[in-house]
Amino acid sequence: MMRTALCSLLAAALLVASPVRAEDTTIGFIYVGPKDDYGYNQAHHEGAEVVKAIPGVKILEEQKVPETLDVQKTMESMIELDGATVLFPTSFGYFDPHILTMAKKYPAVLFLHCGGMYDAAKHPKNVGSYFGYIDEGQFLNGIAAGFATKSGKLGFVAAKPIPQVLRNVNAFMLGAKLVNPKATTTVIFTGDWADPVKEAEASKQLIDGGADVLTAHVDSPKVIVQTAQERGIHVCGYHTNQAALAPTAYLTGAEWNWGTVYKAYADQIKSGAIAPDKDWGHLVRGGMKEGFVKMSAYGPDVTPEAKAKIEAVKAQMMAGAFSIFKGPLEDNKGKVVIPAGTTLAQTDPVLEQMSYLVAGVVGDTGR
Amino acid sequence: MATQGGTAMIAAPPPSVHLAPAEDGASAVASLRAALAPALRAFGLQSAVFLATLVIFGVFLLIIAGKNPLAVYADMWKGSFGTRFSQGATLAKAAPLMLTALCTALPARLGMVVIGNEGALLLGGLTGVVVAQLFGPDMPYVTIPAMLLGGGLAGGIWIALAGALRQFRGVNETISSLLLYYIGLALFNFCVEDLLRDPTSLNKPSTVPIGEANMIGAIQGLPAWFPEMHWGLVIGVVLCLVAAVVMDRSTFGFAARVVGGNVKAARLQGLPITAIVLITCLLAGAAAGMAGVVEMAVAEGKANASLAAGLGFSGILVAFVARQNPLAIIPVAIVFGGITASGGLVQRRHELPDATVDVFTGILFILVLASEVFANRGRQS
Repeated sequence: MMRTALCSLLAAALLVASPVRAEDTTIGFIYVGPKDDYGYNQAHHEGAEVVKAIPGVKILEEQKVPETLDVQKTMESMIELDGATVLFPTSFGYFDPHILTMAKKYPAVLFLHCGGMYDAAKHPKNVGSYFGYIDEGQFLNGIAAGFATKSGKLGFVAAKPIPQVLRNVNAFMLGAKLVNPKATTTVIFTGDWADPVKEAEASKQLIDGGADVLTAHVDSPKVIVQTAQERGIHVCGYHTNQAALAPTAYLTGAEWNWGTVYKAYADQIKSGAIAPDKDWGHLVRGGMKEGFVKMSAYGPDVTPEAKAKIEAVKAQMMAGAFSIFKGPLEDNKGKVVIPAGTTLAQTDPVLEQMSYLVAGVVGDTGR
Repeated sequence: MATQGGTAMIAAPPPSVHLAPAEDGASAVASLRAALAPALRAFGLQSAVFLATLVIFGVFLLIIAGKNPLAVYADMWKGSFGTRFSQGATLAKAAPLMLTALCTALPARLGMVVIGNEGALLLGGLTGVVVAQLFGPDMPYVTIPAMLLGGGLAGGIWIALAGALRQFRGVNETISSLLLYYIGLALFNFCVEDLLRDPTSLNKPSTVPIGEANMIGAIQGLPAWFPEMHWGLVIGVVLCLVAAVVMDRSTFGFAARVVGGNVKAARLQGLPITAIVLITCLLAGAAAGMAGVVEMAVAEGKANASLAAGLGFSGILVAFVARQNPLAIIPVAIVFGGITASGGLVQRRHELPDATVDVFTGILFILVLASEVFANRGRQS
């Protein structure tokens, strides 16, 4: 017992004494789906590409790694066989228990997770978590959709009725309502993060029901964007830029801007500001203002009036003077969810437990 | 309903070898040699198949992907069996496949083709969570076996339903077990996202956790050079061995093979066909159900969408390549696990798509199945 303690002390001393690691830092990126999915994984891959350009950094990428024991083995493999010292396992479900297990096993490796789940009281020091307020992008999408719709009916293809998704659906609705008070949004939950067949069916069903602008929150909105283009309606993107899939139908899109975030991480790791044994900003979040999210370039059918309104709201967001969720706000069952006079800042934890759909959304959370 | 002629072919090796009465001592050596000969022939055949796969896949790499096959093979070796860590990863991937493969292999002895393994796996994992909740965290030595039994029972009942539909309603078990998978998945999702959902699991709906104490952990006290492995592997290997003994050495197994060989003859012999079908399906589903418990309790410690990772479907493939032989499932699952485990390294170091190793698996397994046809033809002529 004593000997083990001494040994680990010695090892720790050696670790501290060893100079800041020289040139090559190996950073591993792990994706749950294909890195060219026009969606969640591509957004992270584009961020990885930015890191790749930094001198003295080597990146590793592995795609389609399920949220099972498999991802633990992939993390270990990157560490053991390829010498990775920083890992970005990017899928939400990788965190608990997979990253936490590996972080305990490899205390000298940094694990940075997308999802914003870090809890300083419970989680090890070599773990960090980040996330972005992409509902700001969906709010701006909503403004574009509110201007573009003729039927007043908007459609939203969503994966599961979980807080993150509901927040996006609600932000989209509120954005549309800001400029088009009569607009409604019909939401269909496919039940799955990646199920192109159901997503295509849902898109067609929404269009047949009269929706003339679609948007989505699934891992890859590819088929939804393509369906909108084929059927001659409009679409707002999500996760990454899908304009190439719908040259005329695309209005704008809510995109992640992981390049900024990953470069900041890489720079701080290289300078030694972030290290496994230090205290650093374990939990970071940001929106438009912080450069965590951005908007796609406008498509051809966005009117100058719509552009002006979107830019005006965006400018307020950039100045930190805009709140999406403020009272009085009712859900679609007539219950007051935010009382009059209350304004929720983006950082408010209440928003992370969202369980309702706001008035104007046609759909059911199933709870 | 009579057994389909086509499926009887893949059911079992000719039963003659094991049924022969005990020989006298003098011919024991000769009989040993006779018994080993097919094994040696099989080994030679499999080696040839493996070499052929290396050549075909190498050409594929060279011409289609423009990579040096030798460099890719070196990393495939490194990522599957070449290091202690890789061996551990390989075994971790192989463990659940051994169990899910049994779900197809056991009914195959009866000439049945069951493919609903994934449904039994999901319901098994879910039941494991429920059992852990009932028993609490205080006595893992009771709780973990109870979880395995409960999960096994749930999976077993699920596949036995397919057997019952076949015996009582004449429904093809391949179709019904596949459809039962869809029902099982829907039931699983309903329980995870609604009925049994942990209210604190917000963005990834999950059941309440089984608790740290009830997790199935790594095997402790192995020598340092030994690859890391968890108890799920032991369960997989033991059940494959038990299945081999039951199916090849017991009267039950003999009866099952008679049913699989000729159902009319079995009926004339007065064998309880329905009971044999139901029991076999129950055992088969139990193996897949236990796979679900193991997968749930090794990593997540709760049931959620991660459990539906397709291990049940991979098990079908393993069973067919192992020719529905429980003993052969062990090495086939390890080879399959190894190839899958090497996929990451191949992706990272050679910038090849993740499907590359699937192509390798595809070529290998098609050649294995094809070689059987050639081997049989050679024997008959």
